[in-house]
Amino acid sequence: MSNSQMVMYDEEFQEINVVIERLLKDSNSKVIFLVDKNGQLISGVGETERFDTTSLASLTAGNIAATGGLAKLIGEKEFSILFHEGEKDNLHISIVGGRVILVVLFDNRSSLGLVRLRVKKASEELSVIFEKLMKKSDEKVKSGTSFPFAEITDDDIDNLFS
Amino acid sequence: MSFINYASREINCKIVYYGPGLCGKTTNLQHVYAKTAPEAKGKMISLATETERTLFFDFLPLALGEIRGFKTRFHLYTVPGQVFYDASRKLILKGVDGIVYVADSQEERMDANIESLDNLRHNLKEQGYDLDKLPYVVQYNKRDLPNAVPVEELRRELNPTNVPDFEACASTGEGVFETLKAVAKLILVDLKKGR
Ligand SMILES: Nc1nc2c(ncn2[C@@H]2O[C@H](COP(=O)(O)OP(=O)(O)OP(=O)(O)O)[C@@H](O)[C@H]2O)c(=O)[nH]1
Ligand SMILES: [Mg+2]
Repeated sequence: MSNSQMVMYDEEFQEINVVIERLLKDSNSKVIFLVDKNGQLISGVGETERFDTTSLASLTAGNIAATGGLAKLIGEKEFSILFHEGEKDNLHISIVGGRVILVVLFDNRSSLGLVRLRVKKASEELSVIFEKLMKKSDEKVKSGTSFPFAEITDDDIDNLFS
Repeated sequence: MSFINYASREINCKIVYYGPGLCGKTTNLQHVYAKTAPEAKGKMISLATETERTLFFDFLPLALGEIRGFKTRFHLYTVPGQVFYDASRKLILKGVDGIVYVADSQEERMDANIESLDNLRHNLKEQGYDLDKLPYVVQYNKRDLPNAVPVEELRRELNPTNVPDFEACASTGEGVFETLKAVAKLILVDLKKGR
């Protein structure tokens, strides 16, 4: 399951963004990111330009991986929610559908209780979308739908490094 | 595994630098960072001890350009080489697309090289990967040192499967980009096959 290739299509990308835009409003938070467990940013909404999103994605995934390792050591499956409290801003990090990480950054205009409540609902919706996405990409792989990299040439690759 | 995003037309690949403690993994990334144009790189993150030993990982995102209309990004990671950080090494291997094994050419590090390579195979296997099926290259680093073992000998011990290998001096940058290019190329060729 979690070893299959991660693919994102326009349709699901839109659906995902609708859900996290709504979560942003409903939870009164500043910015929301979705990150693949391997550290790759999937999408972000809110004040994203204020943050180094690539670094944030990689560190979030590292954080989840490390606490996941800790969980195993004490006989838990994983810690599905992490909360980091700062002086101004707080981070609520949760795992959606087993493989995607939802990061919510909020300040005192919101509260942990509200964020937790709204995240729960949004997570259910996101799980459904990601489930659909995985099925879709598996089907495309099986049916051998033309793959954009099938035709890359050695020159294409060399040009990257020129 | 690589992440292909048709919505933003991006493809992301993860490259992990593996090898014994002090072999020069972090130095490889530092050189790539120093020599890459600002618009093609993100911030380099190093989670290190006070003595600059890697504690969890180094991370360097590169955006090299486009292939067939897709922005191609490589995320470079190093593992901590010190033996007792094995739990962290396993975490960093998750989702790997390509591996650079960095060996320390110094004679007294031969045992450490072999142990680290065994450890790499073992940790990959634990997660369902087979090193022989992954894009994988070997770098013999620290060629500048007087006690460097001849390359043929290193090759015999550390590269029995004859994958692309490179001599390097990461502290001056020699061989660093050749190594990176080689693994990136193997990854893209792998993608081309559609797996
Ligand atoms: N002479 C020489 N020194 C090198 C070379 N490459 C790296 N070094 C030095 O070796 C030391 C260790 O390098 P690092 O890059 O920190 O090693 P590392 O593999 O990241 O080590 P860990 O983080 O502990 O796993 C540093 O002092 C580097 O300057 C090289 O090619 N030649
Ligand atoms: Mg290091």
